[in-house]
Amino acid sequence: MSAELRVPQVTLTGVTKTYGSNPPVLQQIDLTIAKGEFVSLIGPSGCGKSTLLKLVSGLTNATSGAILVDGMTPVNARETISYIFQDATLLPWRTVTSNVGLGLELEHVSRETRKEKVQSLLELVGLTHVARSYPRQLSGGMKMRVSVARALATRPRLLLMDEPFGALDEMTRDRLNEELLRLRAEQDWTAIFVTHSVAEAVFLSTRVIVLAPSPGRIAQEIPIDLPFPRTGETRESPQFESLVTEISRALRGVHAA
Amino acid sequence: MKKYVVTLLNAVAVFAGLLLLWQALDLILHLPPYMLPPPLAVGKAVVARFPSLMTSLAITSEEAAGGLAASIVVGMLIALIFAQSRWIRRMLYPYTILLQTVPIVAVAPLILMWVGPGTLSVTLVAFIICLAPIIANTTQGLISVEPNLIHLFLMHNASRLQILTRLRLPHAVPSLFVGIRIAAGISVIGAITGELFAGSSRVGEGGLGYSILYASAQLQTDYLFALVLAATVLGFAFFFLVMFLEWYFLHNWHESARSMTDE
Repeated sequence: MSAELRVPQVTLTGVTKTYGSNPPVLQQIDLTIAKGEFVSLIGPSGCGKSTLLKLVSGLTNATSGAILVDGMTPVNARETISYIFQDATLLPWRTVTSNVGLGLELEHVSRETRKEKVQSLLELVGLTHVARSYPRQLSGGMKMRVSVARALATRPRLLLMDEPFGALDEMTRDRLNEELLRLRAEQDWTAIFVTHSVAEAVFLSTRVIVLAPSPGRIAQEIPIDLPFPRTGETRESPQFESLVTEISRALRGVHAA
Repeated sequence: MKKYVVTLLNAVAVFAGLLLLWQALDLILHLPPYMLPPPLAVGKAVVARFPSLMTSLAITSEEAAGGLAASIVVGMLIALIFAQSRWIRRMLYPYTILLQTVPIVAVAPLILMWVGPGTLSVTLVAFIICLAPIIANTTQGLISVEPNLIHLFLMHNASRLQILTRLRLPHAVPSLFVGIRIAAGISVIGAITGELFAGSSRVGEGGLGYSILYASAQLQTDYLFALVLAATVLGFAFFFLVMFLEWYFLHNWHESARSMTDE
């Protein structure tokens, strides 16, 4: 595993992002994310976490610096990337099945293959019983699960997640975190995960990056070497708690500055 | 269900009360029937002239429905063009407001002069009055798509056409129905207005508007009342037909249609 970890999946070199004549949102970001890593970005609002995801996805362009995903420009690498937004962003006029198949449909995957892939994903995510439901009939947690299934349906190598569980209650969030790790063990993707929750970041990640605001920059990187598989018990371990304390302290430092 | 029956009974009771009041008013005041015919006289007029009333109703329905259908097709096409760029909207949108504010009674004679009297010109008047709400609502629906949904489509390398057919158009359907609901009510008004100027659109027969003019000139006030009643019923029928279609197409996923069934 350690050999695989060193293959870079995402590299940012001297990346700066400025909107108009405002001070830069992100300044001189150097960051390498290796294959198989799960990296969380955490920091106060205005530190450019979401902007960083938008840059890696090619939805916005860097003002200066270079970004490579799988050795390609972000826009060219899009086939390998899936994005999960803060809201479930489901199409309300489509059933769960049809929502999960959206990405495959847009990428012109044939109907039969699509049906097969969607079916197996619904099973994997535990949504088979609501396959024919419409989004409005689902709870917030279920909607997010559909959103995750849709993102995984196109077999991404890189998963970008922008506070996907931020609007959910804590219990639902914890359960979805565990499920996300289970999915990660079954498929292999690299993840960049934006969150406001220190506990969530520690639980999910192999590395947590603390960002400082105005201008957005990397303040601290903390490797999370908790063993996998992680479960509810992981959250009760002293090691988990000391990591949470360490990152919370780093965040306080960033706020004070 | 019980609540529904009670509501229905209430409505019927109020209507019956109003009819009684009207009939009583006639008995007390002894107004001449050409001023205010009693409801029984109106009822008799409906029965006596039922075939011609139905003919008028059919003619007006045809014209109103034709104008409405045409406005939906043309309005959607214009909305699609408007949705392409802010620049186009800024240049052309004022004209749709003009379309909405210009009094149709003032334009109807012009249209009749240009197109000539007949069903076509009346349909055209209905079409013009229906067009603005369709354009405005559909455009709004097409452009008000949440940015993250666009981002989602872009992340899958969706083409402009895919974004239009799989995202913008379905997203605009509820707004389109808002427009059609408004247009359906006023299409009948447009058709009747057109008929007031167009006269008989078929030899010897005419729509509700024509018959209203005729009945009023002949002081057949009882039949005039029957015609007004028919026009109102027609407007209602159009409105409820659209409500039903809206429910049929949207109840699975859209809040506005859902609330009608949840009551």
